[in-house]
Amino acid sequence: MSDHNYVPSSKLGKWFNDRLPLLTLADHLKEYPTPKNLNYWWTFGGILTFCLITQIITGIVLGMHYVAHADLAFDSVEHIMRDVNYGWLIRYVHANGASMFFLAVYIHIFRSLYYGSYKAPREVIWIIGMIIYLLMMMTAFMGYVLPWGQMSFWGATVITNLFSAVPFFGEGITNWLWGGYAVDNPTLTRFFSLHYLLPFLIVGLVVLHIWALHVPGNNNPIGIDLKKPSKDTVPFHPYIVIKDMFALLLFLIVFAFFVFYSPNILGHSDNYIEANPLVTPAHIVPEWYLLPFYAILRSVPDKLLGVVAMFASIFILVILPWLDTSKIRSAIFRPIYKQLYWILVLDVLVLGYMGAMPAEGTYLLIARVATAYYFIHFLVILPLLGKREKTLTVPLSITEPVLGGSPNPQMVKKKEID
Amino acid sequence: MKNIIKLFFLIFLSSVFLTKAHSAGEKIELLTTDWSFKGFFGKFDRGSLQRGYQVYNEVCASCHSMKYLSYRNLAEEGGPEFTEEQAKAIASNFEVKDGPNSDGEMFTRPAKLSDKFVLPYANVEEAKVSNGGAYPPDMSVLVKARSGGADYIYSVLLGYEDPPEGMMLDDGVYYNKYMYGNKIKMPKQLYEDLVTYNDGTAATPEQMAKDVVTFMAWSAEPHLEARHKIGFRAIIYLFIITLLVYFSMKKIWSRIESEV
Repeated sequence: MSDHNYVPSSKLGKWFNDRLPLLTLADHLKEYPTPKNLNYWWTFGGILTFCLITQIITGIVLGMHYVAHADLAFDSVEHIMRDVNYGWLIRYVHANGASMFFLAVYIHIFRSLYYGSYKAPREVIWIIGMIIYLLMMMTAFMGYVLPWGQMSFWGATVITNLFSAVPFFGEGITNWLWGGYAVDNPTLTRFFSLHYLLPFLIVGLVVLHIWALHVPGNNNPIGIDLKKPSKDTVPFHPYIVIKDMFALLLFLIVFAFFVFYSPNILGHSDNYIEANPLVTPAHIVPEWYLLPFYAILRSVPDKLLGVVAMFASIFILVILPWLDTSKIRSAIFRPIYKQLYWILVLDVLVLGYMGAMPAEGTYLLIARVATAYYFIHFLVILPLLGKREKTLTVPLSITEPVLGGSPNPQMVKKKEID
Repeated sequence: MKNIIKLFFLIFLSSVFLTKAHSAGEKIELLTTDWSFKGFFGKFDRGSLQRGYQVYNEVCASCHSMKYLSYRNLAEEGGPEFTEEQAKAIASNFEVKDGPNSDGEMFTRPAKLSDKFVLPYANVEEAKVSNGGAYPPDMSVLVKARSGGADYIYSVLLGYEDPPEGMMLDDGVYYNKYMYGNKIKMPKQLYEDLVTYNDGTAATPEQMAKDVVTFMAWSAEPHLEARHKIGFRAIIYLFIITLLVYFSMKKIWSRIESEV
């Protein structure tokens, strides 16, 4: 962390800063020494902040027109789409924004996995991040219920029913969640209330996430500790700000294509049918970003164990800093981990695909293998690999590999091509 | 620069993957036609929308409601764009219940532009009993509520065939090649010259299906034209500003010995 010896130039600024050091904070954010070799995978933190703010702003506007009542919710969404000025735009940005938010968060998490950003001294950043991710999933799930379409209703029924697997208290818990004996108006109103609340908790956790980040500073692609500030670092402004902005704009182009040209492609068509407790859809599928967990849930034949496995698959990530025993952070210097990393990526994609398919026959078999591998990767491979793997020599500073003499042939090669 | 291209490509690829994974599971090849509203510059064909309204009004409306449409929508930009007089004349053909008046009585009056489309049945139960137990779905968002969208509804309208041999159908159930489960309670509706188009277009079943589905596509997405128009501008704008920011970034990073 940089030293806080900033003195505002104006008299008023000094007067204010002595009472509330906001200007010192601003100066810290501006001067924050950032590794200069960060690649574009590091721009997703900024993109995620943008996504969160967009969701909150569009969500607040939608909340002004939406009616949280089982008889009126579906109609009120159509009212937003038809009669509210630019209501269609706000709703499509919000709905697709959720998908873009998850796309970005998955890239952000997998970047961390590749470069070992979760390792000491950044465990707390990682754990806060995982809590944010968990809250995001809850928020998104409850948000999907609000339009009160068929998938909203039946998705809510399936997910809340998971809690009935809890021994002894299961039925009590589900009835308490529903506010009745089935998903109905009380469920909808409390989901709306919580869907409005949770994003602000996420904002608070994001502040902590960034605060915790600013204590040790950013990890970097070669995963070494840096002296800060030094010739290995650049001030956050303008270097990182402009780079994050550029990456955000590229991201926005993709975002805009979804919003303007295929706004419903990531949703399910059944959600344009009003909720009907008497008609069950042929296939109940959650939103794409929850599919890997859904696949894990369904791979286990026992309901309770399935729920346990699903929650365990997330909890495992929380304790990941202690499961991975390797002292080397970046996969660049871990030849075996690097390959296993890509196998894990593939494994999660396979799980996601299986989550969208009916749980039967070959699909179920593949989903089971993929589920087993997911747990083996984290519980068996990572603890053992960290102790056995022969790692490559790690450079002492960032400038060393850039200026040649790098132990990593890839980086030298890249330099030659550019 | 290579990294940027790689990154952009990856985001694009994963979006394509998401899209594909989501729409997986469709098997039967649907019929399609040259929809005017598809593509980046897609707009609704006004003539088709107006004819589509005629088909809806004369054929579908006796059973299917369109509860999210108002008569004023018929004259709005991006829709069938009837003149206001035409839309008023259309509305005045329908009776709506209003009131209570100053005597505390309910009364009927001709519909106005601000009224919603009049429903064919008072409630779902009445709709069911009049249609052999099947509820004719509301058509306002139907195009978005069926996977396959406009193509699917177009196919169902034209997909009536004799049932394959050995298939027994109950009374009031019809075979349809494209309907989910192949059984449908709506009999075939579109026959040659069922309606007479004012503009002289030949009323073939294909033409009527195309027109009415175009009308339904508009009613499901009444702001589609504005969306396409704004989207195109937004993306052009994003490209330009991205380029400007890219060169600014290059300039700023050239001050230090590092690449970006």
